[in-house]
This record gives sequence, C-alpha cells and structure tokens, in this order.
Amino acid sequence: MSALLETRGLTRRFAGLLAVDSVDMAVQADTVHALIGPNGAGKTTLFNLISGLTVPSQGSVLLQGRDLTALPADRRTALGLARTFQSIRIFGAMSVLENVLTGLHPRRAAGLVATVLRTPGFRREERALVERALVVLDMVGLTARAEERAANLSYGEQRRLEIARAMAPGPAVLLLDEPAAGMNPAETAALIGLVRRIRGLGTTVLLVEHDIGFVMDISDVVTVLNFGRLIFQGTPAGARQAPEVLEAYLGQKVAARLAERARRTQP
Amino acid sequence: MDMPVWLDDFLWTYQNLVHALGINGLLALSMYVVLAVGQLSLGQAAFMGLGAYFSAVMTLKFGLPFAIVLPASCIAPMLFALAIGVPTLRLSGVYLAIATIGLGEVLRAVYINVEWLGGALGLSGIPERADFWMIYGLLALAIVALWLIGRSGIGRAMEAIREDETAAQVMGIDVARYRLGALLASAVLAGLAGALGAHSSSFIGPNEYGFEPAVTILSFALLGGIGTPFAPVLGAWILTLLPEVLRGFSDMRLVFNGVIIVLAVLFLPQGLLAVRMRRRAA
Repeated sequence: MSALLETRGLTRRFAGLLAVDSVDMAVQADTVHALIGPNGAGKTTLFNLISGLTVPSQGSVLLQGRDLTALPADRRTALGLARTFQSIRIFGAMSVLENVLTGLHPRRAAGLVATVLRTPGFRREERALVERALVVLDMVGLTARAEERAANLSYGEQRRLEIARAMAPGPAVLLLDEPAAGMNPAETAALIGLVRRIRGLGTTVLLVEHDIGFVMDISDVVTVLNFGRLIFQGTPAGARQAPEVLEAYLGQKVAARLAERARRTQP
Repeated sequence: MDMPVWLDDFLWTYQNLVHALGINGLLALSMYVVLAVGQLSLGQAAFMGLGAYFSAVMTLKFGLPFAIVLPASCIAPMLFALAIGVPTLRLSGVYLAIATIGLGEVLRAVYINVEWLGGALGLSGIPERADFWMIYGLLALAIVALWLIGRSGIGRAMEAIREDETAAQVMGIDVARYRLGALLASAVLAGLAGALGAHSSSFIGPNEYGFEPAVTILSFALLGGIGTPFAPVLGAWILTLLPEVLRGFSDMRLVFNGVIIVLAVLFLPQGLLAVRMRRRAA
C-alpha cells in the first residue's frame, strides 16, 4: 500500500543547522500518526515543510502520490492538507462561525460578480457553507458559541475552534501541532475523543505532541525525530523500548542503565 | 434632473465643497480597499492623478464623450497598479508603500516636464461634466458594492489576510491574488475620483497628486476606521469639512491632518466608526 502522505529525503538547512535532515516518512491512510522527539528535534520545521510554509532545501512532499513540493501553502490546503498551529492562530475579531466559514474557503466557488449581485447561486452556496460550518462546530462542541467573538473563547475552546476551522473543508490529512499543550487532564481526555472522531470521519491525523501519555493512547504509528533525523518509525509500544529513542530522550548513560535493569528483571 | 429650489440654491452656492465631499469619499474607499487586506499604499493620489490627467487629455485633446472618458480613466491607473503590484505584493512589509510613493513622484515629474500635459501650470478649461448626481450615485454604488463584498467569503478572506497572513494562507486563501485584486480595485476607485474631480473643478495641476494628498487620503481612513465602507467616508467628510470650518487656519490644514493622525492612532486605533461588519450573507 502506498502512503497517503509521504516525505522523501526532506531536508531543511538553516544557516548551517540541519533542522530536518533527509527525512523519509510515510503516513498511512486512516491512522493517527504521532511525530515526537526532544525539543529542537525539527518537528515543527517538518510540519512547516509539509504544509508549505517553509521551503525545503532538498527532498519532496507527496500527498496521495502527488508531488506538492512546488505548491504554495494555499494550494496544498485546497488539495486536502489542513493544519493547526502550536500557538493558536484563530482570527480573534471574527465570530466563531466566521472562523469556520473562513476555513471553508477552498469550498467556495462564487466569484466577484455573483457576490455583488447576490445571485441565487451565491445565496445557495453561502447557506450551504453555514450549514456545513454548524456541523463542524457541533463536532467540537462549540455550537452554542457560534456567534461569540473568537477572542473571547477560553484557551481550550480556542484550540477546538482551530481544529474545527482546519477540519471544515474535510481534509485528507490534518496536521495538529501540539494540540494538548496547556490543556488540563479533562480537556486532554476530550481531545482524545475528538481525534478519534476525526479519524472516524476519514481524515488521517499527523500530530506533534510532547504529552507522551496522550501519544501512547491515541496513535497507531509513531515517528521519532532527533537532531532533524528520523530515528524510529513504528508502533507506540515499539518506540517505548527502542534503545535509540530512549537514548534520544534520556541520554546514553540513563538509557544504558535502563536497558541493563530491564535485562536483569526479566526472567 | 428636477430638484427642489432650496436644494438647487444650496448646491449652487456650495457646489465645490459638495463635489469635493463626494470625490474624497471615493478616495477614502480606494484607501479602505487596500487597508482591508492589510497593505499600506501611498499611491492613491498618484492613481487619482492618472485618472485626472487621462480624462482631461481625452476630453480636451481628443474631444471624447464622457461616457467613454470615465471608464477609460479607471482602466489607466489600474494598469499602473498592475505593473507596481505584481513585483511588490508577493513581498510582505512596506514595499508597496515605497513603490507607490515612487510612482507618485515620478508621475509628478512627468506632468511638470511634459508641455503637452500643461507642464507646471497644469490643464485648465476642462468642461464640467460631473454633476452632483453622478458623483453621489457612483459613491453610493461603490459603498453598496463594497458592503456586499465585505459580507461574503471574499470579505472573510480579506479580513483573514489582514489579521494573520500565515493562517489565511493555510485556509487555502491565495494571499497575493487577493492583495493584487484589492490594489487594482483601489486604483479604479481613485482613477474614478480623479476623472470626476477634473471634470468638476475644470482645472488640474501636478501638485494636486503628490505626496501630501496621498497622506491626506490615508488620514481619511485612519480617522474614520476600516470596519465598514462607511467609516472611511465619514473620515473623509470630517477632514474635508474641517478646513472650511477653520477657514482662518487653512494654511495649517496639514498640521491638523498630522495631529489627527497621531491622535487617531493613539486613542482611536479602530477609527471613529469602530463597528465591525458581519462577514456572512446567510
């Protein structure tokens, strides 16, 4: 089976620093795929390379076999790639509903003339967009807040709004950059349910997360980066035992001691 | 068109001021369109000058009917906007502002030095073809069109670009295309104002379209705000009426504009009409 989203030899150099170093990553359809690694491992840079906000030094990004490397971010979104940001980037002055409607931009077809003349086609489209936006808001539990100014939402609500906005056009892949950051345990638990629902809707999820419990709970596949290099790709359980992953997180000495202890305690 | 006698008298007495209010309203809208996508242009006066000179030449030298002159003098500044916008709008920052200041100064030098365009004396004896109804009809049309555009997916995309360019891009919005579209629309509106102005005041000169009027046009939008199309028009009307009220200080007009910009930026960051329009049509 060929992967839904793939990076081939993806590399990004920042003035001598290899932030992402020839990463070959394959994200399979209908999975929740986690991207983890210590701080500065290149996770966010990899996200920016995939979504088109950063230009790669080398390598390519493929979605459903199609090479996206030369396309700007907005074209990639139109082709089914969506993302959220580590620091929330909703449109604060807009209402919650308007935020989601903005996320539906790729589904719009009405031109300038139809807009000014308020043609029946324009009205129909606008009604359909609002309907769709309400469905997505319902999914994240923000229906009651639809007319609220987005900046007035609580932190957790803003995170959910950002996910709703990204999910609005029904993307093939959703990139979540640290979705659980700053959330309390109850909010994190709700987020796990939301990510499962998103996968159930046929959207593949690729997420960066530091909350290892969250990653273990939710992901089917884990990719581990360290110093820009892919050092592990496999199941979450496998990642827990892989010596190179332990080493990346804990350093060589601690990892060796842990491995030693594990050997002694096992029959 | 028939109108009550008192209105006829009023318009006759204050014709210049009444026309200036309508024309400055159009200029304020041309500024609004660019600011609405988070760009700063100081070329509104230059685009207006292009409209004015093109229309005056077409009327005076070629004797073309106003029905042709008016649309043609919108297209001319639009082509200049295209030439400036394509290289600068892909870059973020102040490149557009710098390029448009440059355009204004280059054009001023051209007007002054080309004898055929009247040189430093400008062009006079332009027939009065723009009347009250034409000016205010077009202003109303522009306000309604911008209002309808604002309350649609196009308005949402424009506000998204202004608020967060990167997030807008990730929403699938072609930021460069929207910015170019806004600049072209603003050039059309400014060109229209220029042609109407030339055919209402009967005289145009090179210094009417330089850097100072560019800043004045910017202050229309800064004072009024850009929440709705009404806001910059209100700003334009206040700043057009102010020197009439303070007639004794008319040499200090620019000082007043400067003070108003500073006060508006400090105390009224959203402008006088800080109402935000709803961005949906359903």
